[in-house]
Order: sequence, then structure tokens, then C-alpha cells
Amino acid sequence: MEHLLALTVGILFSGALFLMLSGELVRFVFGFVLMGNAVNLLIFAAGRLSFVGPPLIGKTGTVPATPVANALPQALILTAIVISFAMTLFLLILLYRTYAQTRTLNTRQADFLSESPGDDSDSDTPEKDHS
Amino acid sequence: MRITPPDTGAVPDCCRKGLYSCLLPAGLFALLCLAWPRVVNGDVFTVQWAWVPSLDLNLALRLDGLSLLFGLIITMTGFFVTIYASSYMAGHPQNGRFFVFLHAFMIAMLGIVFADNLLLMFICWEATTMLSFLLIGFDHEKSDARENARQALLVTGAGGLFLLMGILLLKSAGFSMTLSVLSESADVIQNHALYPAIFICFMVGAMTKSGQVPFHFWLPNAMSAPTPISAFLHAATMVKAGIYLLMRLHPVMGGTPLWMSTLVLVGGATALWGAIQALGPCDLKRILAHTTLMALGILTLFLGGQTVLSLTAATTFLMVHALYKAALFLAVGSIDHQTGTRDLNDLGGLATRMPLTALAVAGATLSMAGFPLFFGFIGKEIMYAGALAEDMFPLFAAGITLSANALMTAVAAIILLTPFAGTLPAHLKNTCETPWTMRIGPAFMGLIGVVFGIMPEWVSENLIQPAVFAFHPDREEIRLFLFHGINLPLVLSIITLTSGAVIYRQKIRLRRGIRFLTDHLWVTMPGLYQSGLTRFLTTAATVTRILQNGSLTTYMSVIVFTLVVLTGSVWLPHVADIASIPAVTGPYIAMGLFVFVLGAAAVVVTARHRLAAIGGLGGVGGGVALIFLVFGAPDIALTQLLVETLTLIFVSLILLRLPPMEPIVKPGATFQARTLRNAILSISAGLLVFTLVSGVVSTPLDRSLTAFFETHSYVSAHGRNIVNVILVDFRSLDTLGEICVIVLAAWAGVHLIRRPFGQRKAP
Repeated sequence: MEHLLALTVGILFSGALFLMLSGELVRFVFGFVLMGNAVNLLIFAAGRLSFVGPPLIGKTGTVPATPVANALPQALILTAIVISFAMTLFLLILLYRTYAQTRTLNTRQADFLSESPGDDSDSDTPEKDHS
Repeated sequence: MRITPPDTGAVPDCCRKGLYSCLLPAGLFALLCLAWPRVVNGDVFTVQWAWVPSLDLNLALRLDGLSLLFGLIITMTGFFVTIYASSYMAGHPQNGRFFVFLHAFMIAMLGIVFADNLLLMFICWEATTMLSFLLIGFDHEKSDARENARQALLVTGAGGLFLLMGILLLKSAGFSMTLSVLSESADVIQNHALYPAIFICFMVGAMTKSGQVPFHFWLPNAMSAPTPISAFLHAATMVKAGIYLLMRLHPVMGGTPLWMSTLVLVGGATALWGAIQALGPCDLKRILAHTTLMALGILTLFLGGQTVLSLTAATTFLMVHALYKAALFLAVGSIDHQTGTRDLNDLGGLATRMPLTALAVAGATLSMAGFPLFFGFIGKEIMYAGALAEDMFPLFAAGITLSANALMTAVAAIILLTPFAGTLPAHLKNTCETPWTMRIGPAFMGLIGVVFGIMPEWVSENLIQPAVFAFHPDREEIRLFLFHGINLPLVLSIITLTSGAVIYRQKIRLRRGIRFLTDHLWVTMPGLYQSGLTRFLTTAATVTRILQNGSLTTYMSVIVFTLVVLTGSVWLPHVADIASIPAVTGPYIAMGLFVFVLGAAAVVVTARHRLAAIGGLGGVGGGVALIFLVFGAPDIALTQLLVETLTLIFVSLILLRLPPMEPIVKPGATFQARTLRNAILSISAGLLVFTLVSGVVSTPLDRSLTAFFETHSYVSAHGRNIVNVILVDFRSLDTLGEICVIVLAAWAGVHLIRRPFGQRKAP
């Protein structure tokens, strides 16, 4: 079963990367969200799949009475979900801002590149040469 | 220009601070004098502290005859230069910085000559490179000073790297880093397979530092430093470091045909070219800079020899040169300071106005020309004897020495006669003598030239012989005398003086000829340096333009490609280990969910409209949440559903304000290379991830951490939901970090929305 999940993760990765490479920023964000999901599944697979109950301790005992799912990857994934949510939101706002400033979302357009940071090369001050 | 104080005796208040700092070189000089008598007796002082023993880097200092001679020259020159500079630099806004650099430079140079550990010597070597950069570019508001400082830094810095390479090669060949130990294994080193490589590395280091052809061009340009610095740099520090290195390495590496031929040829070429070029310019300082090249060439030439005689010649000439060069540079600085010009055509008849400076220059130039009774005469006699005693190319060495000395005689005459003799031009009528601080240095060093010339026996016994013994195994005594009798060197001396006089008479014609020659050379080293630098910078700019082109797609492609190739090349040979994938057992509902997720992802990838893509994203998110639920993770399923809903709302909100998507494949185009390339890249990356995850899950799982959390969750943290306990208790710092990420993202997002839109740059 884990190997099937690994295959799913691989395919999700491919799709996510294909979208991120397209050069269009809306697709980039879609790819980013897909990749977040793929990574979460990856962590989940690494912790092994088990068709058992959730990692809870019953009302009576101090340890789980029956075997339970691996708790550690679940904790990691919880953190990862929230962080990827924050990053997606920031990316979306960046997208909005970029469009407002450049009026394009295609990174290959000349208009978009003219805003790149490599533009400020003409800031040299004139020589102060007095003997 | 600078303001000339009218009175000659008083020192202005503002230069007191600089004057006090001469106590540092004076104190060091006095300390060296205390050790002097014992060093003459053959004692060697050593101290050693461990610094980084694992690298064989120790603070090992050693004082023997050679170090003592260099130390005395450095501190004495440093003393007079400091006194001189206190007036010369008076009123300069960066006066304090100047003296700090100057003394740091002196200490770094002393570090080179006292270091017994090669790495320690290298550190001091680099320190002089850095400090010379700061000093040459001291007038940093002038563009040529900056340019020349950069040139010196690049040339000597590159040489420093070669030196380091040589040291490391020596270490990798299994030899000690301690100089005094190294000379014991000289035979082994010289027969080692790495010897030629080590020799070339050390040689390039010494050649760049000491301005040998073809790295000579930075040295004349370095005179854009303030004059006291030029005096210090040319006479005692920096350029002498390379000579010192060659002297120290002589017992270790010297005596091979490679060593002898390289040093003699390189030194000869430098000496001749420097001496010829010295006749060209009209700027007094530039003339002096070229004569330094000649002196360094002669020193290298003699270090190529193996006999005690030629090494004594080198050591003697080192002293002769240090004395006259420091005096002359300081005196030229005085002329410049008092008259505002250094141009030979504007100067004349200054002897009546600046009598003491004139006397000092007379003493120095007569020593430089090698007149009898001056120290330079002794130096010249021993030079001819040494040249004739060279093991390789003795006639070449003698010929070079003869012609270089004849040219030096002519240059000495030009430096003495043109500014000081003849009639005083009208614009120099108001010139007056410098304050005492600027006279004492040249006068004293000119005087020593005479004193040493009259009593050479004392000098040879107390300074030169201990120095030569320190780097030559044979204790053969060479005594210097005022008059050796009528022999070949004396005849050569007479020829030198006569031909010098002839050259002096032809100086105008020669100057024109040399200028024509230097202007019409096909290939010049400064030209090569300049074009090399330009080409280097344009190449760097081109590479940056290609790599940093601002295109997101390019960056992503490079990152993915690197990931696939690097990880893949390591991982692929092991893929065979996971070839046996076990049969699928387990809930078939999970398989259905996988297919559902993949289908939804396919919708996202192929969507033509945003709405379809958003729907697909929702499907993927929901499917993943269900997978979590099936495999015993209701907590993350819940979170996933919540977050997925929120994400979709935000995506929809933002996309409402954005234009529709462009299709991946443009309508009408049947085939696009870029799309194909992206597809290949992403599919190979996906394959890599698949095999990697498969590989991970094929290995046995270490559940010890999970077991720890399961046993301690209730006992230690009193929580029954293990995942929650991990998040808020065991790994609560991680959760704090997660919260920080959310806060930062929200903060940045709010500012991005609220910040007013700036003006777009004018085209």
C-alpha cells in the first residue's frame, strides 16, 4: 500500500512541478498548493500506513491499549499543513500585488522582467576628483 | 596645493601627535640594538607559542642575523619616515588614520622577517598586501590612486595565493612548516618530485611582491601613495618582502640549475628594463620608482648565485639601496612639498634655497652612483666580484650589472644636478627650506652612506656577515675594504663611472628615444593587465546575466534539473534494491482515494479555466483529507479540510481580481519545445520522488520515538490525544515557530496590500 501511495506522491510531484515551470504565476500558485499536498502525503507514507485506530489513549489506561497509527508523522504534517497554508496566502497576495504593479502575470513578458532587481545599475555617483 | 609654513624651525601643533608616534619604531629599534651584539656572536633568539597546532601553525618568532638586518632597516626607516610624515601630512584630515596604517604596515613587515613559521609569514605577507592597498589608495578621492591601489592589490594578492599554494604543496609533500627546520632537509626537497611546482609557486609569490618582470608594472604606479609611504614601501617594506623570501628559501631550495637560471634571467631582465625606463620620465618620483625596479632586479640576480661572494653582494647592495632610496624619496617629497612640482623641467638651482636637503641628496646620489668613499662604491665593487663568481651565466650577470650601474650613475646625476644646480627659475624664488622634521631623515641617511663608506670593515663584521651566515651554510669570511687594490672590479667601476657620464650628457636624446620605445611597444604588461581585467569583468557580467536573468522558469528549471541529476546519480544504482514490491494488501477504499486524488490533480494540470482548476484543487485537498482519515489520522484530516476550505476561499477571492489564465499550449501551435522540456523535467523529478519514497518505505521503520511519545503522553503530559500532546508539549517550540511563520506571512501580506504603489521607473 505504501508503494502505491509513493506512486501517487510521485505523480502529484510531476504535476505540481509542471505547473510551476509553466511561467504563468496563477499556475505557479496552483502547482504550489498541489506540491504542499504531495509533501504531506510523502511524510505520511514515510511514517507507514496502518489501517488501525487513531493515536489516542483510552479513558482507563496510561498507554494505548491496542496498536494505533504512528503519531509522530501526524504531528509533523499538522505543522506542515498550517505552514503551507500561510505560504500559499502570502504567495496569493504577492500575486495580486505583482499584477497591480506590472499588469501581467506571465513571467516571460518583457514588461514583467523590467521590474527585476537587476535594473538599478546606473546608481554610480560621479567622480569627485579634486587635487 | 599644500601650504608651506614660512618658518623653518618650528613644528606646527597639529603634527605633534604624528611626531609622538615615532616612539614606536624608535623603541623597536632600541630593542633590536640590545639584541645586536649577541646576534653578531652567533646567538639566535627564538620564542614559540602554540596557536593552531593541528595545522602546524605556531606563533614562532626567530631573530638571527638576517632578521636583525631587515629589522634594523625597517625600524630605522620607519622612524625617520614617521618624523618626516608628521610635517608632510600636517593638516591632512585623515592624519590619524595615516599613522595607524603606517605603523601597522611596519609591524606586518617585521612579522614577515621575524616569522619562523611559513604560515605565520604568509599571514603577515597578506597583511602587508592589504595595508599597501590602503596606503597606495590613501588619497582615495583621486581616481588614479584608487586604480593603482587596486592594481597593486590584484597583482600582489594573486602572488600571495601562489605563495600559499607553494606552502601547502610543501606541507603536502610532508615537510615541516618551520623555516629553520626546513633547511636541514634541503637535499630531500630538491630531489622531490614536487620541487619544480613548489619552486614556481614561491617564485611567483616573490616576483609579484618584489616587482620582477613581468609583474613589475604595479610598482611604479604605487607611487600615487603619499611620498613618505613611497619611501617606506620602496626602501624597506613590501617590495623587500619578496627579496627576503628568496633569501630565506636560498638554503632550502637554492643551488639547483632551475633556481639559478630563473633568478639570474628574471633578475637581469628586471634590472635592465628598470634602469632603461628610469631615464624616460621627467617626474622625479617616477624616476626613483624605476630605479627601485633596477635594484630589485640586481638583488634577485645575485640571489641566483651560490657562492658566499654573490650573496654578500646582494646583502650589501640591499643596505646601500635602502639607505639611498629612503633618503632620495624623502628629499623628492620635500622638493614637491616646498615647490609644488616634481617635474625636472620646472626645477633648478634649489641648492641655495634648500641647502641641507641638497647635501642629503648629494650624499645619497653619490652613494647610488658608487663614487669612492661612499657606501655605494663598496657595494659596487663587491657586486662586480659577485657577478663574476656566479655559477651560471657569470658574463651575463656582469654585463647586466655593468650596464645597469652605468645607467644608475647617469640617473643619479640627473636627480642631483637638474633640481639643485643651474639657475633658479623665477617661480621658485620664494622657496625656502623645510622644517627640521623633514630634513633630519634624508640628512641622517645620506650621512650614514658616507660613514659606512669610510668604515666598511665594521659594517661587514657587524651587519653583513651575520646576515649572510644566517642563510648560507659556509662560514667563509668576506671582508669589505675601502680599497681592494687594482683588480678587475675596480676597472669595471671606472668603466661604469665613465659610461655613466657619457649617458648623462646624452640624456635628452636618450629620454626621447626611450619614450618612443615605450610608446611603441607591441605588447606591454600594463596593457595585458588592463585588457585581462576588462575581459574578466565582462565575462563575469555575462555569466551573471545568463545565470541571474530574472526569469522564474529558468531558476526553477535549474533547481529541478540539479536535483534530478545530483540526487539521481547517487540514488539510481540502488533502485534495484526495491525492485521487489510486495503485493498490495489493505483497504481497497484507499486505492480508490488515490485514483480520485490523481484524477483531481489531472484536472488542475490540464484546466483551461480557473474555475476548473479551483475545483480540481478542492478535489485533491478533500481526497488527501480522506486518505488521512482512512489511515487513522482524524486530527490532520480535520485540519486539512478546514485549511483546504480557507485556501479555496482565498484563491477565489484573489483570482477574481486577476485576468484569466493563458493556455499552456498556445492555440494554433501544435508543438512547443518549452512545454515538452518542462514535461520531461517534471516527470523525471516525479519518478525520482516515487523511487525515493518507495526506497524509504522498503526499509524497516524505527518506531522508538513514537513508542516514547506513546508511553509518556499520559504519564508525563497528562494528555490522551498523543498528536496534540506532541504539538503543544513535547515539540511546543516547533509549534511556536509555526505560529511565527503565520504571523510573519500575515504581517507581510497586510503591508503588501496596504503599501501605496510606487512610481514605476522612468524608461
